[in-house]
Amino acid sequence: MKEEHFQKQIDTEQKIEPKDWMPEQYRKHLIRQISQHAHSEVIGMQPEGNWITRAPSLRAKMILLAKVQDEAGHGLYLYSACETLGISREKLVQQLHDEKAKYSSIFNYPTLTWADMGAIGWLVDGAAIINQVSLQRTSYGPYSRAMIKICKEESFHQRQGYEIMAEMAKGTPEQKTMAQDALNRFWWPSIMMFGPQDSESPRTGNAMKWKIKRQTNDELRQSFIDKTVGQAEIIGLKIPDPDLKWNEERKHYDFGEMDWEEFWNVVNGNGPCNKQRLAHHKKAHDEGEWVRNAAQEYAKKQESATN
Amino acid sequence: MNSLIQYTLRIADSSLILGQRMSQWCSNGPTLEEDIAMSNIALDLFGQANGFYEYAAQLDGSRSADELAFKRNEREFFNHQLSEQENGNFGTTTVRNFLHDAFNFLFYTELASSKDETLAALSAKSLKEVKYHLRHSSNWLIRLGDGTQESNMKVQESLNFLWQYTGELFEMDEIDNEMLDEGAGVDNNKLRKGWDEIINSTIEKAKLTRPVDGYMANGSKKGIHTEHLGFLLAEMQFLPRAYPDAKW
Ligand SMILES: [Fe+2]
Ligand SMILES: [Fe+2]
Repeated sequence: MKEEHFQKQIDTEQKIEPKDWMPEQYRKHLIRQISQHAHSEVIGMQPEGNWITRAPSLRAKMILLAKVQDEAGHGLYLYSACETLGISREKLVQQLHDEKAKYSSIFNYPTLTWADMGAIGWLVDGAAIINQVSLQRTSYGPYSRAMIKICKEESFHQRQGYEIMAEMAKGTPEQKTMAQDALNRFWWPSIMMFGPQDSESPRTGNAMKWKIKRQTNDELRQSFIDKTVGQAEIIGLKIPDPDLKWNEERKHYDFGEMDWEEFWNVVNGNGPCNKQRLAHHKKAHDEGEWVRNAAQEYAKKQESATN
Repeated sequence: MNSLIQYTLRIADSSLILGQRMSQWCSNGPTLEEDIAMSNIALDLFGQANGFYEYAAQLDGSRSADELAFKRNEREFFNHQLSEQENGNFGTTTVRNFLHDAFNFLFYTELASSKDETLAALSAKSLKEVKYHLRHSSNWLIRLGDGTQESNMKVQESLNFLWQYTGELFEMDEIDNEMLDEGAGVDNNKLRKGWDEIINSTIEKAKLTRPVDGYMANGSKKGIHTEHLGFLLAEMQFLPRAYPDAKW
């Protein structure tokens, strides 16, 4: 009965709100997905944070810092959305530290040159937008609303990243080399951000029925590739895929085989920066403990003074 | 170099260097909210630095704002030594910023009525932001000072250490005097009283003890710094210096 009502709400495109009844599996799925999304925003601050102190101009410094700050804000919105499902931020962070919760594997790659700031904005935020625009229509109200807020900022990020790439691609030979190298390193991990192919993705079934996901991994990946190929051409960079070509029949680009062995390795903790990213987050968290305790203690004192 | 340029550069340098320090907190804050707040402060400071550098560049005529920020060496930087001090723990940063914010608040309040219209306008704009910075650092100082025993000890230690960098905030040299005579600059000596009031009342609320004046560092007006600045600049300036022909 409840279940039927719930599915009817979904089928008629009414958002599910925190106080509505929902199947336990739906709640679990959402907690997993939203917290993974929140952790990605927060861990994603690190690879770009790596270049804030070395940004090459005052303007570049401000743009990059504001961008990374936006990502922190996205993390906050998403943790709040997740908390409406009855789980605390503290617990979510604990799950991250215990490696029970994941974050997007893309952030386990190192940022080696300034061009990586371009590549990340252009490709990683670009891929995130495709995914998040689709999630604006997700069935859970707080998640959908968080996505609407976030998408506006992400499209800024994507443009700013593309601008860095464009500037470098038309710059000195060294800059152009850096730009191409960044594209070479980030291309495949970026298109793998959409997750396993539909044929390999065990959870897509219910997620589609419940309209948590609105499009499949492969659909989203295809639309990202279709959108990005032309952008690379305009700035004279070459996407590192010899099999990439326009398919007139499908009206889509065909593309080469992704390295799923690498993908699963990184997902399972064996990527170039997995340990560093988690250690960084834990260190900041641990070093902040005395500060959080002090703030709590102070608030307590204030409360008892006014009572 | 003319006094107005030099005077403007000093202000810009302190903002840039403190901003650079604050930006190092990004992804390292004690909470996500605080991470965001510290980035905000860094962004304000970079914006202020940019404004003052633009003005200095315009007066200078031969160097751009970016060149002023990225192509000068350690001995050509004139920021307060306080602003270049390392972040340390969150309490160290709080104390450093608090001491600096209290000074900046008073300084910009005065400079906002400078006869030099650009300095006045830049100061008025900065003042709005610095008021918020001061509120933020004072609130944290009080929270940490009156929080736990551990937090009280930590900030007291930072306060004792950083105190030696507060003396030079109030120094006046020939450039300051010239600017003051022209009605364009601030009498730093006069800020002392207001600064003492802010410091003393906040320290009291924070249940901390004001350190006794001892050795006071000085020299930043002549480009004398602590050993930290060189590393900070090496990191910050690396790209424009490694690729002098590149545009970014
Ligand atoms: Fe984001
Ligand atoms: Fe973003």
